[in-house]
Amino acid sequence: MGRESIIRAAREIYDDLDFQRVRDWLSQKPGTKAVGYLPVYAPRELIHACGLLPVGIHGGGDRVEIIKGDAFYQSYICHLPRSVVELGQSGRLDMLSGMLFPSTCDVIRNLSGMWKMLYPDQYVRYIDVPQIATPEIAIPFWEGELRHLLNDLAKLSGHHPSEDELRASLGLYNEVRAALRELYELRRTRPWDVPTEELYLLMRAGESIPPEDFLAMIQSYFRAIDDEPNRPRDNSRVIVVGSFCEQPPLGLIKTIERAGCYVVDDDFLIGNRFLTEDVELSGDPLSCLAESFVRDAVATSVIYEADPHGKRSEIKDKVDAAGADGVIFAAASFCDPALLDRPMLRTGAEAHDIPCIAFKFSENSGQFQQFREQAGTFSDSIKLWGGA
Amino acid sequence: MAETSAAKDRSMILQKQMIANHYRQLENAPETGDPVVYTFVPGNMNELVRSFGALPVLPEINALQSGMRQKSGDYIAEAERAGHSEDVCTYVKCDIGMIKAGNISPTGTRLPKPDLLLLSYTGCYTFMKWFELLREEYDCPTVFFHVPYQGDGTIEAEHRDYMMRQLREEVIPALEKATGRRYDEDRLREYLTLSAQAEDDLVAVLQSAKNRPSPIDAYFGAVYYVGPIFSSFRGTPEGVEYYRALREEVEARVAAGQGPMTPVGQLDDEKYRLVVEGPPNWTSFREFWSMFASEGANVVASTYTKVGGTYDFGFRHDPEDPLGTLADYCGGCYTNINLPGRVDMLVDYIREYEADGFVINSVKSCNSFSAGQLMMLREVEKRAGVPGAFIESDLVDPRYFSAANIKNRLESYLQMIDARRMGASA
Repeated sequence: MGRESIIRAAREIYDDLDFQRVRDWLSQKPGTKAVGYLPVYAPRELIHACGLLPVGIHGGGDRVEIIKGDAFYQSYICHLPRSVVELGQSGRLDMLSGMLFPSTCDVIRNLSGMWKMLYPDQYVRYIDVPQIATPEIAIPFWEGELRHLLNDLAKLSGHHPSEDELRASLGLYNEVRAALRELYELRRTRPWDVPTEELYLLMRAGESIPPEDFLAMIQSYFRAIDDEPNRPRDNSRVIVVGSFCEQPPLGLIKTIERAGCYVVDDDFLIGNRFLTEDVELSGDPLSCLAESFVRDAVATSVIYEADPHGKRSEIKDKVDAAGADGVIFAAASFCDPALLDRPMLRTGAEAHDIPCIAFKFSENSGQFQQFREQAGTFSDSIKLWGGA
Repeated sequence: MAETSAAKDRSMILQKQMIANHYRQLENAPETGDPVVYTFVPGNMNELVRSFGALPVLPEINALQSGMRQKSGDYIAEAERAGHSEDVCTYVKCDIGMIKAGNISPTGTRLPKPDLLLLSYTGCYTFMKWFELLREEYDCPTVFFHVPYQGDGTIEAEHRDYMMRQLREEVIPALEKATGRRYDEDRLREYLTLSAQAEDDLVAVLQSAKNRPSPIDAYFGAVYYVGPIFSSFRGTPEGVEYYRALREEVEARVAAGQGPMTPVGQLDDEKYRLVVEGPPNWTSFREFWSMFASEGANVVASTYTKVGGTYDFGFRHDPEDPLGTLADYCGGCYTNINLPGRVDMLVDYIREYEADGFVINSVKSCNSFSAGQLMMLREVEKRAGVPGAFIESDLVDPRYFSAANIKNRLESYLQMIDARRMGASA
């Protein structure tokens, strides 16, 4: 399969807010169910191990008209929850039997309670990840939470997975994360061959299809980019920080690249690679998954930073790892985690003379001129005066 | 409306003295060597902090006091100039701005640097970022205390164990290190015993609003009443004395059939009994209160006055179970309760306090409170059978208080209650 047809297939999944692929999967496997999860981190391994289909719910972007969702939220609350409510209220999520609401921020936390009231027949769980760094305390807590969730999901699906089945799901998601690491590494080394628009569409497709199919899609893409290489351009290399929850519209991602920036690292959909190392497969599966979260979670705004110097060094570390020239802080309007973090991260970056720009977006932003001008000027200034 | 009384009640004088003394002690802390611990109102473990001989600082209290004294606008502007977004919590920006402007407390005394930031992560995501930001400012030790949210409406047994383990293995060692003093459980029990006494009296005060007329305003008036117990004085002899005095005054008002004292005088003619959800606006606090009082609207119950602890459903600090009771306390703070639980609470209040309706004051700053309030409005209306009003303002950002707008909304709302009454009696 060629690059274009892979990306077209991914784009179709991304565009489809009726989640036809999920519905097809369910109809092909009578008796099975699907469980949705919001950003940022949900242990999708457990959903998969129970024979359920994990489905990432990332709002409606710029592709859904908000009719009912605005009646649930004041103007000063971010856009994501109102489009999620819109999807729910318009029946587009009626194929889901459960919803998980991770402890990303108070808006998503409170949406878990709203969902309980809106859909009393659906399984709804708030996922309270451990926020302390001490493994001896955090791991047993998180393992207990995972066990609770597993038992609930097993009840929902009617199938309680064996240890081997759990281990198989952990292993499969290890493979998915390894493939994503490879994809990101490829983009770092050959950003002209892995445009971020394409990388992003692939990852969005991965949120609505079984992980086995996602893996196959990434492998096809690897083959395609080797067969159809692109030509390098004289672009600057930037990382994008702050888009881990509400997602930027695709047009914004394209705009950044077309303005002369290669995105060589980002935190889009960071939940799919939240664990930075493989989960150990030799011990008790839940214990291993819990330990992996506590020891190997990615540094991001939704987890407490226990290292007092962590915020100051975070951007420098990311820029160095990506070989980037600068940083674009791109956060959703009214996003508490990203916007409260930004002054700390920016101070750290500027202390290391890393060029930065910052802007806010909404998932349904439709005008990109200002972003193009900002990103274009930023790229030019890096090329003229040098980067980090 | 009765005449405004200039004479201050004993409880008011006591509170003023307590606050002034506390800020003075804080100012002198660098000389006296008293250790200083910063922590938050929801999930504040004042007894534990005090048992180490440390002085607590509550940044939200400083922010709201700055708001009431018209200082917050400049502080917020200072923080925004330093790169803080206009979209985020104004308590945080007020605090950051205050630090950058010299860290002078709202009463004019200098605030000491913390020896420890006790990040009690209870019911508010922003707390995490707030103390990460303060750690950057102060470069001091921080200990994180994770209080699991009541996602399913209860504090689960394993969550309680998790909190107690954190207290034993993280929080107490951090306090020992910061203060140079050993943990003394007997001392902690003494503080907890005093807490429970004050809590009994506070509940009696809040529940006095079941009388007609209510002798208190359970929102605007009650934010003063909960001040000591939500901040530095829970578990202290001064706290006990304050609540005993307050209770006696309120009981005297009940006996005399008196309504609450408000900015526009004593409200004996209680035309509307309301329940309020959400924090108040602090920058125009008296003006906001006056809008209610001048229409004869009195608040008989509120949820904001449970943000630092819910006592009216039976919880008391228990000296027999010192760490367990701290875990229970933190888990039960209002913003740690899920949305269905918050709806239940409002419906209960409307019924128990025989309210004519309820008002949601939705503040821009606080997603913990505000996200979901429009749905709460509909749910409470449906279940309680009374109309609700929705007002928008902010905590301490004066740019977000539109007096004319709020007054219009409130008056229209009260007219709607009148119309319903006339309809019911027709």
